[in-house]
Amino acid sequence: MEDKKSLRAPVSQKPHVIPKPEHPEYLGGSITVEINEKKLTVPFGTTILEACKQAQIHIPTLCHHEDLCVAGVCRVCVVEVEGMRTLQASCAFPITAPIKIKTTSNAVRKARKHIIDLLISEHYGECYSCFRNNNCELQSLAKEYGVDHYNFGHVTQPRYEVDNSSYSVVRDMDKCVLCKRCVRTCIDLQEVGVLEAIDRGHNTHIGTFLEKPLAEVICINCGQCINRCPTGALRANDPRDEIWAAIDDPTKHVIIQTAPSPRAAIGEEFGQGPGKSFTGELNTALRRIGFDKVFDTNFAADLTIIEEGTELILRLYKDLVKKEKVALPQFTSCSPGWVKYLEHFYPEYIDHLSSAKSPQQMFGALIKTFYAQKAGIDPANIVSVALMPCSAKKFECNRPEMNSSGYKDVDYGLTTRELAQMIKEAGIFLPEMPQSHFDDPFGEASGAGLIFGATGGVMEAALRSVIEFVTGKRVEDVYANADITPVRGFEGIRYAEIPITEVGPVPKLLQHLIPDWNWLKGATLKIAVAHGTANAKKVMEDIKAGGKFSECHFIEFMACPGGCLGGGGQPIPTNEEIRKKRAEAIYNEDKSLPVRKSHENRHVTELYEMFLTDGPCGHISHKLLHTHYVKRGKYIA
Amino acid sequence: MLVVEKNALSEEIESYVEKYGNDRSALLMILHEIQKKHRHISEFAQQEVARLLNIHPVEVYSVISFFAFLNTNPKGRNLVRICQTISCDMKGKKQVVEAIERELGIKIGETTKDNKFTVEYANCLGLCDMGPAMAINDQVFVNLTPEKAVELLAKVK
Repeated sequence: MEDKKSLRAPVSQKPHVIPKPEHPEYLGGSITVEINEKKLTVPFGTTILEACKQAQIHIPTLCHHEDLCVAGVCRVCVVEVEGMRTLQASCAFPITAPIKIKTTSNAVRKARKHIIDLLISEHYGECYSCFRNNNCELQSLAKEYGVDHYNFGHVTQPRYEVDNSSYSVVRDMDKCVLCKRCVRTCIDLQEVGVLEAIDRGHNTHIGTFLEKPLAEVICINCGQCINRCPTGALRANDPRDEIWAAIDDPTKHVIIQTAPSPRAAIGEEFGQGPGKSFTGELNTALRRIGFDKVFDTNFAADLTIIEEGTELILRLYKDLVKKEKVALPQFTSCSPGWVKYLEHFYPEYIDHLSSAKSPQQMFGALIKTFYAQKAGIDPANIVSVALMPCSAKKFECNRPEMNSSGYKDVDYGLTTRELAQMIKEAGIFLPEMPQSHFDDPFGEASGAGLIFGATGGVMEAALRSVIEFVTGKRVEDVYANADITPVRGFEGIRYAEIPITEVGPVPKLLQHLIPDWNWLKGATLKIAVAHGTANAKKVMEDIKAGGKFSECHFIEFMACPGGCLGGGGQPIPTNEEIRKKRAEAIYNEDKSLPVRKSHENRHVTELYEMFLTDGPCGHISHKLLHTHYVKRGKYIA
Repeated sequence: MLVVEKNALSEEIESYVEKYGNDRSALLMILHEIQKKHRHISEFAQQEVARLLNIHPVEVYSVISFFAFLNTNPKGRNLVRICQTISCDMKGKKQVVEAIERELGIKIGETTKDNKFTVEYANCLGLCDMGPAMAINDQVFVNLTPEKAVELLAKVK
């Protein structure tokens, strides 16, 4: 977030960010400071907070977050700088001179204690009735500084109404301590711009446009604000009670599908470090909780690849051969946050969205049709739950058009955090569970479906199939280990070109749609990947201006930084380091799987033989697996 | 709001943006112009300003909510602001306020039914040596008594 252009404030008010020197050993590149009478050499422009981290000196923070720009509003991180009249916020103090810093002096300790007392005096609520109990930054600060009574009083009555209008995000401003992380997340990180400080002064509170309920403003439900809130002021709309009730009801057949990202992160809720997948353990735990069937969303992800890939091929075929006007580039539609972002901010581009549903909704439609038929269960008695790393999925399953099975396709979207809570309530310690597999008839999924969880994953999964479909060669012969590395990584926007030098025979699955591949010979497939809606915005503006992305054929967009693994339903905290570890876990699991390409998933081929008999993008699949979008626009009525 | 009205308002705001530029630092000037002309900044106007300055509507609202002289709901034709700070208070602000409330039949913060007056408190008008002070629209009146205040209101059209 050091790029000045991306910050909201006018030039004159932009924070004092010192550009990092090219090399710390160049003249003036480093500076020696004294922290607590110990000398330390740091690069010019390092903040005191970063320097102290290097010196392994702990400084408490609250408004500071690695993903966000400097704010310096909470003042918890104050330190003493020799020669300065007042204490300085270490997060917002770049070192440009050989200063002497004290982090543990009496003045510092006293000030921090008072600041924490003041923050608590405005914070309403009791810790034991809060979902962030034991995972709250304010609570741990209070513990760290030994707060044992309310020095400056305490709010005893709620002052705000809880806003639970949204399917996804619940706002309880009584617990807000005005760190403005959500504001910076919404405006700077995601560039959605729903939240701001209203009535600045002693009445400051965080609010929406004209204090409207969240459901009425242009919130995309990405939930990134939840992940960054230090207290319990923001949370996801929690369906646990309804799910428990369904589990306890013997007439209900409760099914859960689990997405790839929660498995790579749920261990964090049980004190395990990030970067370890608990797929097998999770399956056992879910059965012990009482879910009747545990399915793998990756199966539906494989199906998405076939549908979305076919749609792309058809669009290209229409464009290149039939010379019809089609919307290219095609955008992925797996991320409901991104879909709503596009509907609001670029409604004129909704034709570009793939009409294929997201894996969650595809699976939902199949469970209440194909599976219900096969298992002989009345779909009215099926309760379909989706374990997702995402708060926007809660909105998605409540979209009125998502009922192609004749029922609500997915009944509840459940986040990783909420499921971890359910597992704890059931008295289960997840890491100690024995491993087990997913249930049939969707028991086996490919690695391609698994990597949907990381940014670039959908693209890689699609490419693994498209390359094999078109060239007839094995992906392993083109990319070592079928790892398509150009689309991997955490760079905000990635662009790649894939030349198609040779073509093979048309696979059986697509023979009814296109006669041959000769029209693709010598063409270059241009693709791009963007994650975080701020990056998506950059790509969209480029497309609007007719830049290089407008010539792309296929673009993957994910609303959350890092893709699903950094989603708004994932364990808190989430930061870049944790996201990288979760991605590692996902890619490692992919490597270990026997089937790593969507079209090689035998359940998918069986499904096309038995149920979706007119093939990908056929009539039945259009009815069940495809959807339409709404031009919402930006205007808030 | 009628489409014609909306278009007219959009055009008006566009002309302000032309005058002051589309940088976000022009926001306050633009809001002042709208406030001056319409006596309030409507929902639609806020969103138009946000669109033309390429910022978010909530940011516009955030700025409006900070300034007491900018408001989002329509007010009466004449704005009466009575200084509520301590020196005016000590010189008999309370009696003046009571007289005005009695005369107009409304409470502080309300608008008369004929839409002629809106009465509200203002923080210090900077005339502490001549309190109680009151501003009717852009004009300031000092050394008020209840009688004088009522007289002044009667002269307002």
